[in-house]
Amino acid sequence: MSGFFSALFSALDPLCGPVGLFSLFGSGTLVACGEAGWGDEIAFGVGITISLALATLPVGLFLGFLIALAAQSEEKLLRRATGIYTTIFRGLPELLTLFIVYYGLQILIQSVLASLGYEGRVEINAFLAGMVALAVVFSSYSSEVLLSAFRAIPRGQYEAGDALGLHRGRTMRLIVLPQLIRIALPGLTNLWLILLKDTSYVSVIGLADILRQTGIAARVSKEAFFFYFIASLLYLILAMISSFGLGFVERWAKRAETAR
Amino acid sequence: MTYVRELIAPQPAPLAPARPVTGARIAAIAILILWALFAAGLVAMVVGGWDQDKFLRYGPRYLNGLWTTISLVCLAVVFGALLSLPIAFARMSQNRALNGIAYAYVYVFRSTPLLAQLFLIYYGLGSFKPQLESVGLWWFFREAWYCGLLSFVLNTAAYQAEILRGAIESVPRGQHEGAAALGLSKRVAFGKIILPQALIVALRPYGNELVLMIKGSAVVAIVTVYDLMGETRYAFSRTFDYQAYLWAAIFYLAIVETLRHVWAFLEARLTRHLKR
Repeated sequence: MSGFFSALFSALDPLCGPVGLFSLFGSGTLVACGEAGWGDEIAFGVGITISLALATLPVGLFLGFLIALAAQSEEKLLRRATGIYTTIFRGLPELLTLFIVYYGLQILIQSVLASLGYEGRVEINAFLAGMVALAVVFSSYSSEVLLSAFRAIPRGQYEAGDALGLHRGRTMRLIVLPQLIRIALPGLTNLWLILLKDTSYVSVIGLADILRQTGIAARVSKEAFFFYFIASLLYLILAMISSFGLGFVERWAKRAETAR
Repeated sequence: MTYVRELIAPQPAPLAPARPVTGARIAAIAILILWALFAAGLVAMVVGGWDQDKFLRYGPRYLNGLWTTISLVCLAVVFGALLSLPIAFARMSQNRALNGIAYAYVYVFRSTPLLAQLFLIYYGLGSFKPQLESVGLWWFFREAWYCGLLSFVLNTAAYQAEILRGAIESVPRGQHEGAAALGLSKRVAFGKIILPQALIVALRPYGNELVLMIKGSAVVAIVTVYDLMGETRYAFSRTFDYQAYLWAAIFYLAIVETLRHVWAFLEARLTRHLKR
Protein backbone atom coordinates (compact mmCIF):
# COMPACT_ATOMS: atom_id res chain seq x y z
CA MET A 1 0.00 0.00 0.00
CA SER A 2 2.75 2.44 0.96
CA GLY A 3 4.53 1.51 -2.26
CA PHE A 4 1.41 2.48 -4.18
CA PHE A 5 1.23 5.86 -2.43
CA SER A 6 4.89 6.67 -2.95
CA ALA A 7 4.48 5.73 -6.63
CA LEU A 8 1.45 8.01 -6.83
CA PHE A 9 3.34 10.89 -5.23
CA SER A 10 6.34 10.49 -7.48
CA ALA A 11 4.00 10.36 -10.49
CA LEU A 12 2.33 13.60 -9.41
CA ASP A 13 5.59 15.38 -8.45
CA PRO A 14 5.19 18.79 -10.14
CA LEU A 15 8.94 19.31 -10.59
CA CYS A 16 10.64 15.98 -11.19
CA GLY A 17 7.75 13.59 -11.88
CA PRO A 18 7.00 12.20 -15.35
CA VAL A 19 5.03 15.37 -16.14
CA GLY A 20 7.12 17.66 -13.92
CA LEU A 21 8.42 21.06 -14.97
CA PHE A 22 12.08 20.12 -14.74
CA SER A 23 11.69 16.76 -16.48
CA LEU A 24 9.75 18.28 -19.39
CA PHE A 25 11.76 21.43 -20.02
CA GLY A 26 14.97 20.88 -18.09
CA SER A 27 16.40 17.71 -19.59
CA GLY A 28 19.93 18.30 -20.80
CA THR A 29 20.23 21.57 -18.86
CA LEU A 30 21.48 22.39 -15.38
CA VAL A 31 18.10 21.70 -13.81
CA ALA A 32 17.70 18.18 -15.22
CA CYS A 33 16.51 15.59 -12.73
CA GLY A 34 18.73 12.80 -11.51
CA GLU A 35 22.50 12.64 -11.72
CA ALA A 36 22.82 15.01 -14.67
CA GLY A 37 21.49 18.18 -13.08
CA TRP A 38 20.24 19.92 -9.98
CA GLY A 39 16.52 19.43 -10.60
CA ASP A 40 15.89 16.77 -7.98
CA GLU A 41 17.93 18.59 -5.31
CA ILE A 42 15.91 21.74 -5.88
CA ALA A 43 12.66 19.75 -5.87
CA PHE A 44 13.71 18.35 -2.48
CA GLY A 45 14.30 21.93 -1.26
CA VAL A 46 10.83 22.94 -2.41
CA GLY A 47 9.42 20.04 -0.40
CA ILE A 48 11.31 21.16 2.71
CA THR A 49 10.12 24.75 2.34
CA ILE A 50 6.50 23.73 1.92
CA SER A 51 6.56 21.21 4.74
CA LEU A 52 8.25 23.69 7.10
CA ALA A 53 5.62 26.34 6.36
CA LEU A 54 2.78 23.82 6.68
CA ALA A 55 4.19 22.44 9.94
CA THR A 56 4.60 25.94 11.39
CA LEU A 57 1.11 27.13 10.48
CA PRO A 58 -1.05 25.09 12.91
CA VAL A 59 1.36 25.61 15.83
CA GLY A 60 1.57 29.35 15.20
CA LEU A 61 -2.18 29.69 14.71
CA PHE A 62 -2.96 27.79 17.90
CA LEU A 63 -0.47 29.82 19.94
CA GLY A 64 -1.73 33.02 18.36
CA PHE A 65 -5.33 32.08 19.21
CA LEU A 66 -4.40 31.47 22.85
CA ILE A 67 -2.53 34.77 23.00
CA ALA A 68 -5.45 36.63 21.45
CA LEU A 69 -7.78 35.07 24.03
CA ALA A 70 -5.43 36.14 26.81
CA ALA A 71 -5.01 39.63 25.38
CA GLN A 72 -8.74 40.32 25.53
CA SER A 73 -9.28 38.81 28.98
CA GLU A 74 -10.51 40.99 31.84
CA GLU A 75 -7.46 40.07 33.87
CA LYS A 76 -5.00 42.93 33.66
CA LEU A 77 -1.97 40.80 34.55
CA LEU A 78 -2.73 38.39 31.72
CA ARG A 79 -2.95 41.26 29.23
CA ARG A 80 0.40 42.54 30.42
CA ALA A 81 2.02 39.10 30.11
CA THR A 82 0.89 38.78 26.49
CA GLY A 83 1.93 42.37 25.79
CA ILE A 84 5.51 41.49 26.72
CA TYR A 85 5.44 38.46 24.41
CA THR A 86 4.14 40.31 21.34
CA THR A 87 6.42 43.30 21.92
CA ILE A 88 9.51 41.12 22.05
CA PHE A 89 8.80 38.88 19.11
CA ARG A 90 7.42 41.56 16.84
CA GLY A 91 10.44 43.76 17.57
CA LEU A 92 13.20 41.22 16.96
CA PRO A 93 14.40 40.50 13.43
CA GLU A 94 13.26 37.03 12.34
CA LEU A 95 16.85 36.06 11.62
CA LEU A 96 17.90 36.97 15.17
CA THR A 97 14.95 35.07 16.65
CA LEU A 98 16.03 32.06 14.64
CA PHE A 99 19.61 32.25 15.95
CA ILE A 100 18.45 32.82 19.52
CA VAL A 101 16.16 29.79 19.34
CA TYR A 102 18.70 27.61 17.53
CA TYR A 103 21.63 28.25 19.85
CA GLY A 104 19.49 28.94 22.93
CA LEU A 105 17.65 25.63 22.76
CA GLN A 106 20.95 23.87 22.22
CA ILE A 107 22.50 25.48 25.32
CA LEU A 108 19.34 24.92 27.34
CA ILE A 109 19.10 21.21 26.51
CA GLN A 110 22.82 20.76 27.00
CA SER A 111 22.76 22.35 30.46
CA VAL A 112 19.71 20.32 31.47
CA LEU A 113 21.42 17.11 30.31
CA ALA A 114 24.66 18.14 32.04
CA SER A 115 22.81 18.53 35.32
CA LEU A 116 21.47 15.02 34.80
CA GLY A 117 24.99 13.74 34.29
CA TYR A 118 25.19 13.47 30.51
CA GLU A 119 28.26 15.19 29.05
CA GLY A 120 27.86 14.90 25.29
CA ARG A 121 27.41 17.46 22.55
CA VAL A 122 23.82 18.11 21.60
CA GLU A 123 22.95 19.03 18.02
CA ILE A 124 19.47 20.36 17.68
CA ASN A 125 17.47 19.63 14.56
CA ALA A 126 17.48 22.66 12.24
CA PHE A 127 13.94 21.88 11.08
CA LEU A 128 12.68 21.90 14.66
CA ALA A 129 14.52 25.11 15.54
CA GLY A 130 13.20 26.80 12.41
CA MET A 131 9.71 25.62 13.16
CA VAL A 132 9.82 26.91 16.74
CA ALA A 133 11.26 30.30 15.75
CA LEU A 134 8.83 30.82 12.87
CA ALA A 135 5.88 29.67 14.98
CA VAL A 136 6.76 32.13 17.73
CA VAL A 137 6.99 35.01 15.26
CA PHE A 138 3.84 33.89 13.43
CA SER A 139 1.90 33.58 16.68
CA SER A 140 2.76 37.08 17.83
CA TYR A 141 1.58 38.56 14.53
CA SER A 142 -1.49 36.35 14.21
CA SER A 143 -2.54 37.19 17.76
CA GLU A 144 -2.91 40.82 16.67
CA VAL A 145 -4.99 39.83 13.65
CA LEU A 146 -7.20 37.53 15.74
CA LEU A 147 -7.53 40.13 18.49
CA SER A 148 -8.87 42.74 16.10
CA ALA A 149 -11.22 40.10 14.68
CA PHE A 150 -12.43 39.31 18.21
CA ARG A 151 -13.13 42.99 18.75
CA ALA A 152 -15.18 43.12 15.56
CA ILE A 153 -17.63 40.56 16.95
CA PRO A 154 -20.34 42.35 18.93
CA ARG A 155 -21.04 41.47 22.57
CA GLY A 156 -24.58 40.55 21.63
CA GLN A 157 -23.29 37.38 19.99
CA TYR A 158 -21.90 36.13 23.33
CA GLU A 159 -25.11 37.20 25.09
CA ALA A 160 -27.17 35.33 22.51
CA GLY A 161 -25.09 32.25 23.26
CA ASP A 162 -25.79 32.69 26.97
CA ALA A 163 -29.51 33.19 26.27
CA LEU A 164 -29.60 29.90 24.37
CA GLY A 165 -28.08 28.19 27.38
CA LEU A 166 -24.83 27.25 25.65
CA HIS A 167 -21.82 27.06 27.88
CA ARG A 168 -18.76 29.11 27.03
CA GLY A 169 -16.89 26.51 25.04
CA ARG A 170 -19.87 25.83 22.83
CA THR A 171 -20.55 29.55 22.37
CA MET A 172 -16.96 29.94 21.21
CA ARG A 173 -17.10 26.96 18.88
CA LEU A 174 -20.56 27.40 17.36
CA ILE A 175 -21.09 31.15 17.35
CA VAL A 176 -17.85 33.10 17.67
CA LEU A 177 -15.32 30.96 15.82
CA PRO A 178 -17.11 30.81 12.43
CA GLN A 179 -17.43 34.60 12.38
CA LEU A 180 -13.87 35.02 13.65
CA ILE A 181 -12.44 32.96 10.78
CA ARG A 182 -14.38 34.98 8.23
CA ILE A 183 -13.18 38.31 9.63
CA ALA A 184 -9.58 37.26 10.24
CA LEU A 185 -9.01 35.43 6.97
CA PRO A 186 -7.61 38.34 4.88
CA GLY A 187 -5.10 39.17 7.61
CA LEU A 188 -4.14 35.53 8.05
CA THR A 189 -3.68 35.16 4.28
CA ASN A 190 -1.16 37.98 4.44
CA LEU A 191 0.63 36.33 7.35
CA TRP A 192 0.81 33.02 5.49
CA LEU A 193 2.52 34.73 2.55
CA ILE A 194 4.97 36.38 4.97
CA LEU A 195 5.60 33.00 6.62
CA LEU A 196 6.34 31.44 3.24
CA LYS A 197 8.98 34.12 2.62
CA ASP A 198 10.38 33.87 6.15
CA THR A 199 11.12 30.16 5.69
CA SER A 200 14.05 31.29 3.52
CA TYR A 201 15.92 32.27 6.72
CA VAL A 202 16.30 28.65 7.80
CA SER A 203 18.76 28.17 4.94
CA VAL A 204 21.22 30.11 7.13
CA ILE A 205 21.22 27.46 9.86
CA GLY A 206 21.76 24.73 7.31
CA LEU A 207 18.31 23.36 6.55
CA ALA A 208 18.13 22.21 2.92
CA ASP A 209 15.32 24.48 1.74
CA ILE A 210 14.94 26.11 -1.71
CA LEU A 211 17.49 28.83 -1.12
CA ARG A 212 20.10 26.52 0.40
CA GLN A 213 19.82 23.95 -2.40
CA THR A 214 19.97 26.57 -5.14
CA GLY A 215 22.88 28.21 -3.31
CA ILE A 216 24.84 24.95 -3.35
CA ALA A 217 24.01 24.47 -7.02
CA ALA A 218 25.11 28.05 -7.73
CA ARG A 219 28.43 27.60 -5.96
CA VAL A 220 29.23 24.30 -7.65
CA SER A 221 28.10 25.18 -11.17
CA LYS A 222 29.21 28.86 -11.04
CA GLU A 223 25.86 29.87 -12.52
CA ALA A 224 24.73 32.01 -9.59
CA PHE A 225 22.35 34.26 -11.46
CA PHE A 226 20.49 31.38 -13.09
CA PHE A 227 20.01 29.41 -9.88
CA TYR A 228 18.99 32.34 -7.68
CA PHE A 229 16.60 33.35 -10.43
CA ILE A 230 15.10 29.85 -10.27
CA ALA A 231 14.83 30.19 -6.48
CA SER A 232 12.99 33.52 -6.75
CA LEU A 233 10.73 32.06 -9.41
CA LEU A 234 9.87 29.10 -7.18
CA TYR A 235 8.97 31.39 -4.28
CA LEU A 236 6.88 33.48 -6.67
CA ILE A 237 5.04 30.39 -7.90
CA LEU A 238 4.41 29.22 -4.32
CA ALA A 239 3.02 32.64 -3.43
CA MET A 240 0.79 32.64 -6.51
CA ILE A 241 -0.55 29.17 -5.79
CA SER A 242 -1.29 30.05 -2.18
CA SER A 243 -2.99 33.32 -2.93
CA PHE A 244 -5.07 31.54 -5.57
CA GLY A 245 -6.02 28.75 -3.14
CA LEU A 246 -6.70 31.12 -0.26
CA GLY A 247 -8.92 33.18 -2.56
CA PHE A 248 -11.12 30.10 -2.85
CA VAL A 249 -11.12 29.62 0.93
CA GLU A 250 -12.08 33.27 1.40
CA ARG A 251 -14.97 32.95 -1.01
CA TRP A 252 -16.04 29.77 0.76
CA ALA A 253 -15.96 31.53 4.14
CA LYS A 254 -17.97 34.43 2.78
CA ARG A 255 -20.66 32.26 1.11
CA ALA A 256 -23.23 33.14 3.77
CA GLU A 257 -22.62 36.85 3.32
CA THR A 258 -23.07 36.91 -0.44
CA ALA A 259 -26.36 35.02 -0.20
CA ARG A 260 -27.81 37.68 2.06
CA MET B 1 -49.79 63.03 61.14
CA THR B 2 -46.64 61.09 60.75
CA TYR B 3 -43.37 62.42 59.62
CA VAL B 4 -39.79 61.36 59.76
CA ARG B 5 -38.47 62.10 63.20
CA GLU B 6 -34.96 60.87 62.81
CA LEU B 7 -32.81 60.33 59.74
CA ILE B 8 -31.20 57.04 59.04
CA ALA B 9 -27.64 57.14 60.26
CA PRO B 10 -25.11 57.20 57.43
CA GLN B 11 -24.16 53.70 56.44
CA PRO B 12 -20.71 52.55 55.53
CA ALA B 13 -20.14 51.85 51.84
CA PRO B 14 -20.85 48.25 50.88
CA LEU B 15 -17.82 46.04 50.84
CA ALA B 16 -16.26 45.57 47.46
CA PRO B 17 -16.88 41.99 46.36
CA ALA B 18 -13.74 39.97 46.79
CA ARG B 19 -12.11 39.30 43.43
CA PRO B 20 -12.33 35.60 42.84
CA VAL B 21 -9.14 33.72 42.10
CA THR B 22 -9.89 32.57 38.57
CA GLY B 23 -7.93 30.29 36.32
CA ALA B 24 -6.99 33.29 34.20
CA ARG B 25 -5.47 35.02 37.21
CA ILE B 26 -3.40 32.01 38.16
CA ALA B 27 -2.23 31.56 34.58
CA ALA B 28 -1.34 35.25 34.37
CA ILE B 29 0.71 35.12 37.53
CA ALA B 30 2.43 31.94 36.36
CA ILE B 31 3.32 33.51 33.01
CA LEU B 32 4.54 36.70 34.64
CA ILE B 33 6.71 34.67 36.99
CA LEU B 34 8.08 32.87 33.93
CA TRP B 35 8.88 36.22 32.30
CA ALA B 36 10.52 37.43 35.50
CA LEU B 37 12.62 34.25 35.59
CA PHE B 38 13.66 34.84 31.99
CA ALA B 39 14.62 38.42 32.78
CA ALA B 40 16.52 37.31 35.89
CA GLY B 41 18.30 34.65 33.85
CA LEU B 42 19.24 37.26 31.26
CA VAL B 43 20.60 39.62 33.91
CA ALA B 44 22.44 36.76 35.62
CA MET B 45 23.97 35.74 32.31
CA VAL B 46 25.16 39.27 31.59
CA VAL B 47 26.43 39.94 35.12
CA GLY B 48 27.87 36.48 35.69
CA GLY B 49 29.51 36.30 32.29
CA TRP B 50 30.74 39.91 32.34
CA ASP B 51 34.13 40.20 30.77
CA GLN B 52 35.81 43.59 30.62
CA ASP B 53 38.11 42.43 27.87
CA LYS B 54 35.29 41.26 25.60
CA PHE B 55 33.28 44.38 26.35
CA LEU B 56 36.16 46.65 25.33
CA ARG B 57 36.86 44.60 22.23
CA TYR B 58 33.33 44.09 20.92
CA GLY B 59 31.46 47.07 22.40
CA PRO B 60 32.78 49.60 19.85
CA ARG B 61 32.20 47.08 17.07
CA TYR B 62 28.55 46.77 18.11
CA LEU B 63 28.16 50.55 18.00
CA ASN B 64 29.77 50.54 14.55
CA GLY B 65 27.34 47.85 13.46
CA LEU B 66 24.44 49.83 14.88
CA TRP B 67 25.52 52.83 12.83
CA THR B 68 25.80 50.66 9.69
CA THR B 69 22.30 49.29 10.22
CA ILE B 70 20.78 52.72 10.82
CA SER B 71 22.50 54.42 7.88
CA LEU B 72 21.66 51.52 5.57
CA VAL B 73 17.98 51.58 6.53
CA CYS B 74 17.70 55.37 6.32
CA LEU B 75 19.30 55.53 2.87
CA ALA B 76 17.20 52.60 1.65
CA VAL B 77 13.96 54.15 2.86
CA VAL B 78 14.76 57.56 1.32
CA PHE B 79 15.81 56.17 -2.06
CA GLY B 80 12.92 53.70 -1.94
CA ALA B 81 10.50 56.58 -1.39
CA LEU B 82 11.91 58.35 -4.46
CA LEU B 83 11.64 55.18 -6.57
CA SER B 84 8.15 54.45 -5.27
CA LEU B 85 6.74 57.71 -6.70
CA PRO B 86 6.89 56.73 -10.39
CA ILE B 87 5.73 53.19 -9.55
CA ALA B 88 2.73 54.43 -7.60
CA PHE B 89 1.74 56.84 -10.38
CA ALA B 90 2.21 54.15 -13.00
CA ARG B 91 -0.01 51.90 -10.93
CA MET B 92 -2.75 54.56 -10.85
CA SER B 93 -2.49 55.52 -14.53
CA GLN B 94 -5.11 54.61 -17.13
CA ASN B 95 -2.41 53.27 -19.44
CA ARG B 96 -2.77 49.47 -19.50
CA ALA B 97 0.89 48.75 -20.21
CA LEU B 98 2.26 51.10 -17.53
CA ASN B 99 -0.21 49.75 -15.01
CA GLY B 100 0.71 46.16 -15.85
CA ILE B 101 4.44 46.76 -15.53
CA ALA B 102 4.05 48.52 -12.19
CA TYR B 103 1.75 45.78 -10.93
CA ALA B 104 4.20 43.07 -11.98
CA TYR B 105 7.07 44.90 -10.26
CA VAL B 106 5.14 45.24 -7.01
CA TYR B 107 3.90 41.65 -7.14
CA VAL B 108 7.31 40.13 -7.81
CA PHE B 109 9.17 42.12 -5.18
CA ARG B 110 6.51 41.61 -2.55
CA SER B 111 6.19 37.87 -2.96
CA THR B 112 9.81 36.77 -3.08
CA PRO B 113 11.99 36.72 0.06
CA LEU B 114 14.36 39.61 0.63
CA LEU B 115 17.15 37.08 1.14
CA ALA B 116 16.63 35.63 -2.36
CA GLN B 117 16.61 39.12 -3.86
CA LEU B 118 19.84 39.96 -2.05
CA PHE B 119 21.52 36.75 -3.26
CA LEU B 120 20.29 37.35 -6.79
CA ILE B 121 21.88 40.81 -6.80
CA TYR B 122 25.08 40.09 -4.88
CA TYR B 123 26.03 36.62 -6.09
CA GLY B 124 23.91 36.55 -9.25
CA LEU B 125 24.87 39.87 -10.81
CA GLY B 126 28.32 39.50 -9.32
CA SER B 127 28.94 36.56 -11.64
CA PHE B 128 28.78 38.88 -14.65
CA LYS B 129 32.06 40.48 -13.72
CA PRO B 130 33.52 41.09 -17.24
CA GLN B 131 30.30 42.63 -18.55
CA LEU B 132 29.92 44.85 -15.50
CA GLU B 133 33.55 45.92 -15.77
CA SER B 134 33.06 46.91 -19.38
CA VAL B 135 30.04 49.04 -18.42
CA GLY B 136 31.97 50.51 -15.51
CA LEU B 137 29.59 49.33 -12.80
CA TRP B 138 31.81 46.70 -11.20
CA TRP B 139 32.77 48.98 -8.30
CA PHE B 140 29.10 49.02 -7.33
CA PHE B 141 28.34 45.30 -7.51
CA ARG B 142 31.66 44.32 -5.94
CA GLU B 143 30.72 45.84 -2.59
CA ALA B 144 28.27 43.86 -0.44
CA TRP B 145 27.13 47.11 1.18
CA TYR B 146 26.01 48.62 -2.13
CA CYS B 147 24.30 45.38 -3.14
CA GLY B 148 22.44 45.29 0.16
CA LEU B 149 21.39 48.89 -0.32
CA LEU B 150 20.20 48.19 -3.87
CA SER B 151 18.14 45.17 -2.88
CA PHE B 152 16.58 47.06 0.04
CA VAL B 153 15.74 50.04 -2.18
CA LEU B 154 14.08 47.80 -4.78
CA ASN B 155 12.21 45.87 -2.10
CA THR B 156 10.97 48.81 -0.07
CA ALA B 157 10.01 50.76 -3.20
CA ALA B 158 7.48 48.04 -4.02
CA TYR B 159 5.94 48.22 -0.55
CA GLN B 160 6.01 52.01 -0.39
CA ALA B 161 4.40 52.32 -3.82
CA GLU B 162 1.45 50.28 -2.57
CA ILE B 163 1.23 52.38 0.61
CA LEU B 164 1.27 55.60 -1.40
CA ARG B 165 -1.27 54.34 -3.92
CA GLY B 166 -3.64 53.16 -1.21
CA ALA B 167 -3.35 56.46 0.62
CA ILE B 168 -3.95 58.60 -2.47
CA GLU B 169 -6.90 56.48 -3.50
CA SER B 170 -8.36 56.74 0.00
CA VAL B 171 -8.93 60.49 -0.44
CA PRO B 172 -12.61 60.86 -1.35
CA ARG B 173 -13.68 61.96 -4.82
CA GLY B 174 -15.39 65.01 -3.39
CA GLN B 175 -12.00 66.49 -2.55
CA HIS B 176 -10.95 66.33 -6.21
CA GLU B 177 -14.27 67.79 -7.29
CA GLY B 178 -14.10 70.53 -4.65
CA ALA B 179 -10.66 71.54 -5.85
CA ALA B 180 -11.87 71.56 -9.45
CA ALA B 181 -14.87 73.69 -8.43
CA LEU B 182 -12.49 76.22 -6.87
CA GLY B 183 -10.71 76.44 -10.20
CA LEU B 184 -7.45 74.94 -8.93
CA SER B 185 -5.26 73.30 -11.52
CA LYS B 186 -4.69 69.56 -11.19
CA ARG B 187 -1.13 70.02 -9.94
CA VAL B 188 -1.98 72.58 -7.30
CA ALA B 189 -4.93 70.50 -6.17
CA PHE B 190 -2.70 67.45 -5.86
CA GLY B 191 0.01 69.25 -3.92
CA LYS B 192 -2.21 71.31 -1.64
CA ILE B 193 -5.29 69.17 -1.15
CA ILE B 194 -4.86 65.51 -2.06
CA LEU B 195 -1.31 64.80 -0.93
CA PRO B 196 -1.54 66.27 2.61
CA GLN B 197 -4.63 64.18 3.35
CA ALA B 198 -3.09 61.09 1.77
CA LEU B 199 0.13 61.40 3.77
CA ILE B 200 -1.80 61.44 7.04
CA VAL B 201 -3.44 58.15 6.05
CA ALA B 202 -0.04 56.80 4.98
CA LEU B 203 1.74 57.77 8.17
CA ARG B 204 1.06 54.57 10.08
CA PRO B 205 1.88 52.17 7.22
CA TYR B 206 5.09 54.10 6.61
CA GLY B 207 6.04 53.56 10.25
CA ASN B 208 5.32 49.84 9.89
CA GLU B 209 7.43 49.70 6.75
CA LEU B 210 10.32 51.39 8.56
CA VAL B 211 10.16 48.80 11.34
CA LEU B 212 10.00 45.96 8.79
CA MET B 213 13.01 47.44 7.02
CA ILE B 214 15.05 47.59 10.23
CA LYS B 215 14.19 43.98 10.96
CA GLY B 216 14.81 42.93 7.38
CA SER B 217 18.17 44.69 7.25
CA ALA B 218 19.62 41.90 9.41
CA VAL B 219 19.91 39.74 6.27
CA VAL B 220 22.87 41.74 4.95
CA ALA B 221 24.92 40.05 7.66
CA ILE B 222 24.79 36.90 5.52
CA VAL B 223 26.57 38.59 2.60
CA THR B 224 29.42 39.77 4.86
CA VAL B 225 28.25 43.29 5.69
CA TYR B 226 29.13 44.10 9.28
CA ASP B 227 25.86 45.62 10.43
CA LEU B 228 24.50 45.00 13.94
CA MET B 229 23.68 41.39 13.07
CA GLY B 230 27.01 40.92 11.28
CA GLU B 231 28.98 42.15 14.27
CA THR B 232 26.91 39.84 16.46
CA ARG B 233 27.73 36.86 14.30
CA TYR B 234 31.39 37.90 14.30
CA ALA B 235 31.47 38.20 18.07
CA PHE B 236 29.71 34.85 18.49
CA SER B 237 32.03 33.07 16.08
CA ARG B 238 35.04 34.39 18.03
CA THR B 239 33.86 33.85 21.59
CA PHE B 240 31.05 31.26 21.40
CA ASP B 241 29.39 33.41 24.04
CA TYR B 242 25.59 33.31 23.84
CA GLN B 243 25.46 36.84 25.28
CA ALA B 244 26.37 38.19 21.83
CA TYR B 245 22.86 37.41 20.59
CA LEU B 246 21.21 38.77 23.73
CA TRP B 247 22.96 42.11 23.30
CA ALA B 248 21.85 42.25 19.68
CA ALA B 249 18.29 41.51 20.79
CA ILE B 250 18.45 44.36 23.30
CA PHE B 251 19.74 46.76 20.64
CA TYR B 252 17.11 45.78 18.07
CA LEU B 253 14.29 45.94 20.62
CA ALA B 254 15.47 49.37 21.76
CA ILE B 255 15.52 50.71 18.19
CA VAL B 256 12.12 49.32 17.30
CA GLU B 257 10.45 50.43 20.52
CA THR B 258 11.92 53.94 20.28
CA LEU B 259 10.73 54.19 16.70
CA ARG B 260 7.26 52.99 17.65
CA HIS B 261 6.91 55.60 20.38
CA VAL B 262 8.30 58.39 18.22
CA TRP B 263 5.86 57.41 15.50
CA ALA B 264 2.91 57.34 17.92
CA PHE B 265 3.88 60.83 19.10
CA LEU B 266 4.22 62.08 15.52
CA GLU B 267 0.85 60.66 14.60
CA ALA B 268 -0.86 62.22 17.63
CA ARG B 269 0.79 65.53 16.85
CA LEU B 270 0.03 65.58 13.12
CA THR B 271 -3.61 64.52 13.46
CA ARG B 272 -4.53 66.79 16.34
CA HIS B 273 -6.73 68.92 14.07
CA LEU B 274 -8.80 65.84 13.27
CA LYS B 275 -9.71 65.11 16.91
CA ARG B 276 -13.31 65.77 17.80
